[in-house]
Amino acid sequence: MQATPFPEPVEPDLILRHTARPAWAVLGERALEILICLCGISAIIFVFGIFFFVFKEAFPVLGNPKFSLRQFLFSDQWYPTSELNKRYGVLAMIAGTFSVVALAMAIAVPFGLGAAIYISEFCGAKTKETLKIVIELLAAIPSVVWGFIGLTVLSRLIVSWTGAPVGVNILNGGIILALMMVPIIVSIGEDALKAVPDSYREAALALGATRWQQVRHVLLPAARTGLLAAVLLGVGRAVGETMAVLMATGHAVHIPHSILDSVRTLTANIAAELGEAPAHSPHYEVLFLTGVLLFLMTFVMNLAAYSIIHGFKRK
Amino acid sequence: MFAETPLVRRKLRREAVAKWIFCAMAASMIVPLLLIVGYLVIRAWPSLSLRFLVDMPANHMRDGGVWPALIGTIYLVVLSLAVSAPIGVLAAVYLNEYARDNWLNRLVNMAVINLAGVPSIIHALFGLGAFVYAARFGYSIVSASLTLAIMTLPVIIASTREALASVPRSFREACWNVGATRWQTIRAVVLPNSISGILTGLILQVSRAAGETAPIMFTGAVFFKAIQRGNPLPYGLHDSFMALSMHLFTLATQVPDVKESIPFATAVVLLGSVLLVNAAAIGLRVYLRSRKRW
Amino acid sequence: MSEPHIVVQDLCLAYGPKEVIHGISFEVQRHEIFGIIGPAQSGKTSLLRCINRTIDFSAEAAVAGTITVNGQDVRQLKDVYGLRRRIGMVAPLPVGLPLSIYDNVAFAPRCAGLTKRSQLDGLVEHCLRQAALWEEVKDRLDSLGTKLSGGQQQRLTIARALSHQPEILCLDEFSIAIDPVTTMRIEDVLKELRRHMTIILVTNLTQQARRLANRTMFLWSGAIVELDRSDVIFSEHPASRKTYEYVNGIFG
Repeated sequence: MQATPFPEPVEPDLILRHTARPAWAVLGERALEILICLCGISAIIFVFGIFFFVFKEAFPVLGNPKFSLRQFLFSDQWYPTSELNKRYGVLAMIAGTFSVVALAMAIAVPFGLGAAIYISEFCGAKTKETLKIVIELLAAIPSVVWGFIGLTVLSRLIVSWTGAPVGVNILNGGIILALMMVPIIVSIGEDALKAVPDSYREAALALGATRWQQVRHVLLPAARTGLLAAVLLGVGRAVGETMAVLMATGHAVHIPHSILDSVRTLTANIAAELGEAPAHSPHYEVLFLTGVLLFLMTFVMNLAAYSIIHGFKRK
Repeated sequence: MFAETPLVRRKLRREAVAKWIFCAMAASMIVPLLLIVGYLVIRAWPSLSLRFLVDMPANHMRDGGVWPALIGTIYLVVLSLAVSAPIGVLAAVYLNEYARDNWLNRLVNMAVINLAGVPSIIHALFGLGAFVYAARFGYSIVSASLTLAIMTLPVIIASTREALASVPRSFREACWNVGATRWQTIRAVVLPNSISGILTGLILQVSRAAGETAPIMFTGAVFFKAIQRGNPLPYGLHDSFMALSMHLFTLATQVPDVKESIPFATAVVLLGSVLLVNAAAIGLRVYLRSRKRW
Repeated sequence: MSEPHIVVQDLCLAYGPKEVIHGISFEVQRHEIFGIIGPAQSGKTSLLRCINRTIDFSAEAAVAGTITVNGQDVRQLKDVYGLRRRIGMVAPLPVGLPLSIYDNVAFAPRCAGLTKRSQLDGLVEHCLRQAALWEEVKDRLDSLGTKLSGGQQQRLTIARALSHQPEILCLDEFSIAIDPVTTMRIEDVLKELRRHMTIILVTNLTQQARRLANRTMFLWSGAIVELDRSDVIFSEHPASRKTYEYVNGIFG
């Protein structure tokens, strides 16, 4: 792209008076900008659309005289297909979700935060790169594959270790879910630790602290809101997880009494029964209502987590 | 003056212990995973071969290959990306380059963030209510790919925004100062310098769409569908279809007497393709980061 | 006396609730170098941004008053891009766009609609020569603009500003990030350019204004303290005591 040997002499006002953008270019740009704006607004249409459609399909059941919202939320009797006495209580499923997620958190939070601390503070640059890539690949594993692992590999292990009659239960689901939650906790936790200014670390070092003392007394307290957000996001993902728990926790609809009990979570319940419920029947509508409940739960958790994150990223 | 006192030795010992505990925590996530993947491959070995990928299923789905499911997944992912990529990228361009900070745009931002956290079963419900029933597309590849498109859209928007935002504002101001319009600035400076980040985000969403089961289970994926062998486009837009994720789920939970290695081989194919695509995206990101232009 | 090139009348600017420029009025004559001096946060940069209407990109900015260029009110103009092409702007920090050097300078003409290659070549060479950068880059017009040194990038910015043949050239503290040698070279360039266009020079280096400007305006906290010929402003007896103190470093 060398200049030509004899460039034309430059006319004064060449730009001002002798050039103009062709009309089609100006109009085309305007049309493109309108298209861009429409795409932007479309995102908002889609999220409200999701809520709208799910609620629309669920709505009719609220007006059904045989349905009671109280029973829905607080009864553990789930008999949607009974001929004589249909009951739609999801309390057992709520308990199922709660127990599996609680176990998963109990495993994933310490391990995830520990890994985040290791990656952020203790390991060398090369190891850090590798570990971060491994964590990213771990996060990419599809949930049906995790469920398959739980159903085949882990259930056999559980049966042989604990002598339980069935290998698909809270323990199985909890371990699988923990493995799925860890990447989120590690990556957001690592972001939170990275956001703590280096001056804090240097100040601690100047006082003679070791790395571990730095972490324990300075960094963890400073990063605690970010770490909390990481945990909240992990929980949000765990509550919403469907296929893995469907395959790994069994099918018993009851409030669990031990870690070796099979349960059914809210998500698994929808997935298991949606195929069989006749379209637009009360059963179908109640399943959609369960969806509304799930949507609200995860919405609140994600909103809380993101408002915390935007707080510390702005710093 | 700096002799090792007992206090110092204790501190250092505690430090070493802490370091090794955290290292063990990080390792304990990875080692079982490697063991599991290894186990999957070993159990899948008898059926793993290139023929497995291109063969049709046989013996009432208890043996044979996964070709219809594989082609179905590819078809599904391409269709959903064809919808979500243009809308997502343009939406991100709007949000990052044109939008003023008023209530409407803050609402859009919030909507995008929340859409990213919606559970996959809710997307399945939405797809069922909106595309299968309301739009009357029925159980078809169209319904399923549109459902997946809505699912991947917010993450595409978020990662594209990040890529666009990584271009410094000073470049845009320099362009505005010489009389360029917003679009001229975007086309000449912003987009060419963020295309790598945008592509990485798109590739990652491809792998995510390929692995999802719940959203397609209720909108058109089936366990068995007779297709023509050798036809590169075996599914019509309004046909139900087979997909790898659905295939694995059904084989694992609902089909008795299946040859042992078949579900394991299906899992290995699905897992392998997803990890391969992700590794490609990560590789792309690392390579392009080394070629930074400013 | 011919018509003034730029007339500013009762200009007020507020960012949200905070008023930054409080009703200032002044004129800029053709072919003069008009200096604006003053401490930081006086509204100097904001003033320039009002003139070429890049203030429009700041959502919270509210502008009142009139600015006329060649008799036309810039705030009423429909073709704001044409306006920005008539005004060249050089920012404090050097910015090389991540394009080739050739494309850096050809960017503005192409946006304006000029596509003929031979004309672009001529224009690029002309602007790079005017900016005193041609000799250093003529053999590598393909290389990335961002890889140049700070001083070269600032001259590239000037070449870019000249590429759309403006009538007015605004420089906003152009020398703060570059070395003194390049600064002197650019000052020589400005003395040359004065014959072709009007120049507004915002600077925090009072001596620079003294060297270059015909008239100088001392802006302080959004109000004009004094506006007069440079030899008066920088003399022993300017009209305002504050001017004397600022010029001589007693405050600011």
